[in-house]
Amino acid sequence: MSRIAKRFARLKADKRAGLVTYVTAGDPNLDVSYQILKGLPAAGADLIELGMPFTDPMADGPSIQLAGQRALKAGITVDATFDMVRRFRKETGDNDTPILLMGYYNLVYQRGPERFCKEAAAAGVDGFILVDLPPEEADELKPYAVAAGIDTVLLTAPTTDDERLPAVLRYSSGFVYFVSVLGITGTSSATEEAVRTHVERIKRHTELPIGVGFGIRTPDQAAAIARHADAAVVGSAIVERVKAGLDDHGKAKPDLIPGVFAYIKALADGVRGVRKA
Amino acid sequence: MPSALNSFRTGPDERGHFGIFGGRYVAETLMPLILDLEKAYNEAKADPAFQNELDYLLEHYAGRPSPLYYAKRLTEKLGGAKIYFKRDELNHTGSHKINNVLGQVLMAKRMGKTRVIAETGAGQHGVATATACALFDIPCVVFMGAVDVDRQAPNVVRMNMLGAEVRAVTAGSATLKDAMNEALRDWVATCENTFYCIGTVAGPHPYPAMVRDFQCVIGNETRVQMMKAEGRLPDTLVACIGGGSNAMGLFHPFLDDKGVRLVGVEAGGKGVETGEHAASLTGGRPGVLHGNRTYLLQDKEGQITEAHSISAGLDYPGIGPEHSWLKETGRIEYVSATDNEALAAFQMLCKLEGIIPALEPAHALGHVIKLAPTLPKDNLLVMNLCGRGDKDVFAVAERLGMKI
Repeated sequence: MSRIAKRFARLKADKRAGLVTYVTAGDPNLDVSYQILKGLPAAGADLIELGMPFTDPMADGPSIQLAGQRALKAGITVDATFDMVRRFRKETGDNDTPILLMGYYNLVYQRGPERFCKEAAAAGVDGFILVDLPPEEADELKPYAVAAGIDTVLLTAPTTDDERLPAVLRYSSGFVYFVSVLGITGTSSATEEAVRTHVERIKRHTELPIGVGFGIRTPDQAAAIARHADAAVVGSAIVERVKAGLDDHGKAKPDLIPGVFAYIKALADGVRGVRKA
Repeated sequence: MPSALNSFRTGPDERGHFGIFGGRYVAETLMPLILDLEKAYNEAKADPAFQNELDYLLEHYAGRPSPLYYAKRLTEKLGGAKIYFKRDELNHTGSHKINNVLGQVLMAKRMGKTRVIAETGAGQHGVATATACALFDIPCVVFMGAVDVDRQAPNVVRMNMLGAEVRAVTAGSATLKDAMNEALRDWVATCENTFYCIGTVAGPHPYPAMVRDFQCVIGNETRVQMMKAEGRLPDTLVACIGGGSNAMGLFHPFLDDKGVRLVGVEAGGKGVETGEHAASLTGGRPGVLHGNRTYLLQDKEGQITEAHSISAGLDYPGIGPEHSWLKETGRIEYVSATDNEALAAFQMLCKLEGIIPALEPAHALGHVIKLAPTLPKDNLLVMNLCGRGDKDVFAVAERLGMKI
């Protein structure tokens, strides 16, 4: 059983939903980024999405675009991202919290899908969320991910109708990521009712857990998602806390890391306050 | 094996691939929309009423066919090949872009979309889209890099006059690729009512094939016109390439005519050897961006690097996927011309033929100036003069130190 599957089994046993936190690798610099990664589980993250910065993040809103630019400027690379994960596993001894890499396919393609999967798995990565690799093109990655024991979490959207869902699910493992709004990251939010309807619809097609993301900013919103989905995913709002912790010269202020963790704790409290059947 | 191909004109396959190139690398939110568009386009292609309406607009609104003009003075000056220009700069709106836009806006109408978005570099595609949207009374938003808004100011004014909203994009290098990112971001949020009118033979399938089909009118006319003028097919075709739509439109109908030499001219910027250029095929390698796999300018990791060109319309780090495939099969030669070569060609054409070309085809001419003298006098060379230079006169004047 993969770390992701184990984590969701555990959440189910605990009768609660999970909190998935997104941070951009290397934002605002490699050191602070690692300190944030290291402290995420203690702050309340059940699963971690680590963003791989890309120069042209077509599905991301301004917050994550800027985070990627800060990280690229700070010198983040794919190797440095793998190193962060390796160090996390070694230094924290945390062998349970799943880490998924999120980003765009070109970085995987340039390294070669087979090599990328092997190196990611060796570093302690559990899953990929590749925004621009729909099921139509997933063939070129999936066999190598399976061989390396890496889950591929595909996105489903409000536009993914019942006819199309099976194609998406065929390539999905670990969990299903439902993008709750039409749009880019960190902009609008879906209504609780719309999320409930879509989650129920997707559940009719799969046994996989469902994580819901895009537009979740407050503990109350996270709790609302937790009532219907198996996990709430928060990204842009966390990345904005990183930005808020920078001074005018882009240097991390002393309260950056505590500020990020306090915010995540509030989100986690929101999610954990919801008891599930 | 490429040499065993019976035809170069059968692509893409049903998944939108030209060899390893092309495809549909888009966010899931957009995927169902792309599939809808593919279905709608296949139906439109088979519907004579659609083609009739497009043909009518091309003839009576855009002014086609564009002339095939024998450039006698240029031919004499260069002393080699007999040079013809395909005068697509004489189209309504001043470039070949209108050919594609009329087709796509008819598609938008057919699909019941109530809003059109577009990206633009030099502004020619933006102006064409704003024009067609005015004609069909559809609200239009054009994304344009902030750098390009400055260097192509006349086109921004034109788009505004035509009723379009121009959104300046400041992200990244603030040029064409960033405008395309921003258009895709808009589309993912508005896809239910919005049609994305892509300006070149790139993006996710079916765009590269659809835009190519709409632009093939250039090559189809050239074939007929050259038969009439000279009684035979041309020997050499030359066109500039940013994303590659004017070149594809001219070349594609001739791909299976083995005797016709095809030459695509990329923007060499300050020189390909300097690293500051926009020559994706010469200086890049295959990667995935903007919905398709194609040659891209990128670093070792796969981060996209910034293109450099004096021409805003060629300032793009990628190229249409079918061009990538045609490069690998060897059917088309791809070369580059620098900023300075384009500027020299621009001036030569003004004085010699009384035509102010856009900076984009000035790159093609930059290569023709080198190529034509090496060819025999009976070599029939056609260069696509795909845009006029009104939009560029201020930028060129500044570059040449002329007082305005």
